[in-house]
Formats: sequence, structure tokens, C-alpha cells
Amino acid sequence: MHDPKLATGTRNRRTAVVLSLVVVGMFGFGFAMVPLYDLICKVTGVQSVALRTGGERSEAVPMVAPDPNRWVTIKFDTTVAPSLPWEFEAGIHRVEVVPGEINEVVFLARNRSNSQVTGQAIPSVVPWQATPFFSKLECFCFNKQTLVGGERVEMPLRFMVSPDLPKGIESLTLSYNFMKLKPSQGGVAEPKVTANDQG
Amino acid sequence: MSTTTLTHDDAHHHETPTGWRRWLYSTNHKDIGTLYLLFALTMLFLGGASAMVIRAELFMPGIQLVDPDLYNNLVTNHALIMIFGAVMPAAAGLANWMIPMMIGAPDMALPRMNNLSFWILPAAATMLILSFVVPFFPGGGTQINTGWTLYPPLSIQVGMSMDFLIFAIHLLGASSILASINIIVTLLNMRAPGMKLMQMPMFCWTWLVTAFLLILVVPVLAGGVTMLLFDRHFGTSFFDAAGGGDPVLFQHLFWFFGHPEVYILLLPSIGVLSHVIPTFSRKPLFGYNSMVGAMLAVATIGMVVWAHHQYTVGMSLGAVTYFMIGTIIISIPVGLMIFNFIATMWRGAMTFETPMLFAIAIILMFTFGGLSGVMLAVVPADMQYHDSMFVVAHFHYVLMPGAVFGLFAGVFYWLPKWTGHMYDERLGKIFFWTNIVGFNITFFPQHFLGLAGMPRRIIDYNVMFTEFNVLSSFGAMIFGFSHLLLLYIVISTIRGGQKAKARAWEGADGLEWELDSPPTFHTWEVAPTIK
Repeated sequence: MHDPKLATGTRNRRTAVVLSLVVVGMFGFGFAMVPLYDLICKVTGVQSVALRTGGERSEAVPMVAPDPNRWVTIKFDTTVAPSLPWEFEAGIHRVEVVPGEINEVVFLARNRSNSQVTGQAIPSVVPWQATPFFSKLECFCFNKQTLVGGERVEMPLRFMVSPDLPKGIESLTLSYNFMKLKPSQGGVAEPKVTANDQG
Repeated sequence: MSTTTLTHDDAHHHETPTGWRRWLYSTNHKDIGTLYLLFALTMLFLGGASAMVIRAELFMPGIQLVDPDLYNNLVTNHALIMIFGAVMPAAAGLANWMIPMMIGAPDMALPRMNNLSFWILPAAATMLILSFVVPFFPGGGTQINTGWTLYPPLSIQVGMSMDFLIFAIHLLGASSILASINIIVTLLNMRAPGMKLMQMPMFCWTWLVTAFLLILVVPVLAGGVTMLLFDRHFGTSFFDAAGGGDPVLFQHLFWFFGHPEVYILLLPSIGVLSHVIPTFSRKPLFGYNSMVGAMLAVATIGMVVWAHHQYTVGMSLGAVTYFMIGTIIISIPVGLMIFNFIATMWRGAMTFETPMLFAIAIILMFTFGGLSGVMLAVVPADMQYHDSMFVVAHFHYVLMPGAVFGLFAGVFYWLPKWTGHMYDERLGKIFFWTNIVGFNITFFPQHFLGLAGMPRRIIDYNVMFTEFNVLSSFGAMIFGFSHLLLLYIVISTIRGGQKAKARAWEGADGLEWELDSPPTFHTWEVAPTIK
């Protein structure tokens, strides 16, 4: 950039071109963040949506002895995306469970519209540190759900809290966000499954 | 070769354009600097007006003046107008005026691009204002109630005013990228013969670093809002969880820009202080080399600590620890700058003209804002402070002194050079005191409100917060209306006043003070010799 023999105009143009390339590169970097972000999340353990949904497969029932002296409070929270014309609620808003025992709760969904709509629920656990200790054995969130107009369904969730749950955690919240799927889209979780199965 | 260039230039010099052509077709760095500053002053009043409505609404609990969505739209609009409309163009205006005069260059390196980078701004501002106005019309969609951070999924659901805003951000970004490229090229290639990089005036150094930060981070914001636009209209799912996207990704893209942005706002003002404080202490700047080093350190570390704005999204312990430590480390080079300023004043023959008063107030109040910043950087504490009025108090304590007051200091310091007239020192001091007192009455109580649990960006509040909010709104009226005095001072100084000498301040040092006040239309056509 600093050849004093060149005329100022030439040097200026050269520097400006280099800087413009930096700008273009950084614009590209913004888009490169999309795949990089998933990668970084996996390496550093940040809970991206892909990581939260990717692991959602029914798990084999772990053979562990329940810990009858410990009770953990589970709260259920539901959100419906504004584009999805459904009602969606937990049948019960909080339960006390013994770690190591299998529990079942029911969620209620109703299609308020009169046409067929497909949606899928994305779960997340707060505090996030409890996520690996909360096993869903059967969940409506594993699949996309299709309701015809006006249909009302009960959707079961069978889950178990591992006795290995860190001692400090006495209460956790399972939150479901029900999203509308466009007809062309696959399930939310499906494209990411292979990437996250190694966990 | 050089002779031909000279004659060619001379042909231009003899016809000084007049009327609207002078401004619209201008390639003169002084005229473009003036345009930037006037544009910024206009935006300061627009952004200030929205702030006044916000504080009027918060004067009492309950909902009195505006509805909640409009309130949040005002909050969004206030932030964007102040950051992109007022502070950045004002800093660019100072750069345009001062950099060529300080380094002994005849003009900016790319004068036509300079014209373009200014004249994009009125278009961008129109789009920005339309994004606020459109929802008032039938079919205009919903108000932008996201705040300036534009987080999805809310920003995907907002009506068409969000599209105006996205294009406004694209235009504002393009303008500041062009201005930055111009400034870097000027500083690297147009310095007077013999002036090495490490002999540049400090204001030029701060702008060199700022401009590099701008070209590194603004394109990432442009990419982020482009993705937002695609999610809104073209069926992509970058941030839409229903299609497998992640809304938190937008937060990372936004703050990758947003955090360096605070240094972009801060550094030009640090540059102004590096001239004001030595001038009125009658001593050279203490620790030039360490100032440059500290600034490079701030810029570098500042690029990699963005996620301290997102502690509550559920990052791993390792990630938040990294961002916490990185953030706290930044206070070391920033502290060094502050100590350098204090050491410059130490045993100096100080006088307290308006620019110096602002400089001293900045050192005190910016340090205060920095300390509340360290509190916010600490993860467990931030879980409590996050999204509370404490955050509002913190960033106004760093951005008002760190950016805006620094620009005020620069305007008072260089007004005699630009206009050829001294401003009225008595009015300047009255402006300073009303401004500073108003500012502190406005924002100091907000620390207590935040610590007591009052959330930000919410129109209503619990009655227990009433007293401090009344106080804060009262201060805001003083603070807001004090700027009318600034307007009066600027206009009356342009129109007349005591003649300024070439070296308007007896302690001032630098090439710009060897030119007449006001300088001729073209300056340094023959480059000065650097001793």
C-alpha cells in the first residue's frame, strides 16, 4: 500500500479496492456464521434450537433405581406461534416427581381453524443444565402433528428425571413452543438428526 | 505529471460554486463536514423529541400519552436516530472537517465518494422516519415494537414498517462504510510528506481505528438484517424456529456489530479529548504511544466480547465465563486512556473554557458509566440487572459523556476555526451546566429504579417507582430543552461574533491552527513540511 513512487491517485485507488474487499468479505462472514454457529454451539455446548430438538428421540428406559427421598418439581409451559391457529395447553401445570420413576402427563391441543394444519412442538428445559437429565420416553414433539379443522386431541408425554440430576436443582420448567409447519417443510427436528445423534 | 495535476486543480479553484449546487455537488471536505454536522444536529433534535415523549409518558405510572406499541416504537426510533442519525454523522462531520487540515492534505482522498456517503444519509433518514410514520396510516401494519436490537421472532412479525427500517439500515450502513473507506485511504496515503503514522494527531488515530471497526462490523449487521428480510418475505428460516432456524443466531450477528459499535461511537470523542485536554492544560498529551496501543487493544478485544449482551439466553458456563473475563479486561486499556488524560492535566496551567469543562465532566461521568459496566459484565449480577432501567442508566452514562459530550466539546473547540468567530463563552458555560445537571438528574435515579427491579422498554410501572421517575422526567425536561441553547449558540456563532485568531486557543497545537479562521475554501494545496 505504501509505495511512495506511485502517484497518490493510484495508491488511493489500490487502498480503496483492498478495503472494499474487506467489506465484501465481512458481509460473507455474516452469512458464514449460519453454519459456523451450529458448529460452535456444538463445540461449546451453547443450546441452539438445533441441539435442543435434534436429540428428541425416544430413549431406551434407563434401568436406574428411583431415589424415593427426593422430589423434583416439574412445571409445564406452553407457547403457540401466532401463525398457528391452535390452542395448546398442558393438562396439569406442575407435578412433583421422584427421580428415576416414569411419569405421564397429557397436553391438550385443538385446531381452532376449519382447515387442516400441521405443527410441531419444540421443547426446551430451564435451567439448561438439567437438559441431559430430562429424558422423554414418548413425546408428541418427536413428530409433526396434523390436526384437521376443529379437531381436538390429547397428546401424551412420558418422561423420567434422572437421579443423577445435580443436587442443587429442585425445580425445572419444560417449555413447549408449537410452530406451524408449511406444507412443504419437513419436521423441525428431522434435518438435524444425524448431526446430533452422536451425543 | 504533478504540474499537470496542479493546473487541472487550479481550474476548479477559481469557481467557488454557489447556491444549492455548492452543497449538492460538493466534493469539498469542509462543506461536506458542515453538511454532516447540520444533519446530525437535526437528527439530535428528532431523537431528542422522541426521548421527551418517552420521559413524559414515564412521568407517572399508568398509560397516559401513547399506547404501548407506539411507546416501544418511540424507544426503537430514539435509539436508531441517535446512534445512526446523530452520533455517527456528527463524528463523521468532525472527521471530514478536521482530518485533511490536521494531516496537511488538500482534501479527502476520494472526494466524490465523500459526496455520495453524505447524500445517502438524507435518503436513509427519510426511510427511518417513514418506518416510524407508516403504521399511522391505514394498511400501514403494526408499529416496530422490538427496540433497536430488532430481535426475531418479533421483528419477523412486525408489519411493513420493518422493511422500511431494514432498508434504512442498509443505506446507513452503506454510507458509513463509504465514509470509513475514504477516511482510511486519506489517513494512509494523504499525510503531509514526513508525517509518520505515529506522528498523526490523536484524533486521526482514533478515526483510523474507528473506520477499521466500521468496515469490519457494519457488513455483518447488513448481512443479519438481510437474512431478516429473507425470513420475512422469501420463505427462508435463518431465524425462524418453525423452519429449523435459531433466533439466537440473530442476536449473535447483531451484537457482533452492536458491541464494537459502542467503541465506534466512543473513539472519535476520545480523539477530541486528546486535543482539548492538552490545549487547555498547556501541556502535550501524556503517553501518546500508550494511547495508540490502548486504543488498538480496546478495538481488538472489543470485537470478541459481544455475547455479554446475551448472558440470559442460556450459553454454557465456559462461554459466559469467557465473555465475562474478556469484557472486564477491556476496562484496563480504557482505564489507561483515562489515566493518560488525568496525567496530561497534572500540574498543567489549566483554564476552564467550555470544551475543557465538557472534557473534565466526561472523564468523571464516563468512568462512572464504566464502573456500572463492570457490574453488568459480571454474569451472576447481570442476571439481576439484565433488561432493567439499570442498563438504561449505564449505557446513557457511557454514551452521553463518551460520545455526545465529546462531540459537544469538539464542536465548541473547533467552532472558532470553522466559523472564524468565537462563541459566547458565558452562554457556552450556561449550556454546559444546564446540560450536565439535567443529564445527571435524568439518568442517576434510573440506577436505583433498575436495582429495585423496574424493567426497561415497558410503558407502565409499579407505583413504588413513581418518585424516581418523576425526578428523572423532570431532569429530562431540563436536559432536553438545554439543547435549544446549543442551537442558539451555534447559529449565533455562525452569524457573527468576536473574530477568532488563526490559533483560536493559545495552547492549541497542530497543523489545523496554522490555517486562517475560517480557513479558505481550499487549504494545504502545497503540503506543509513536518519538522
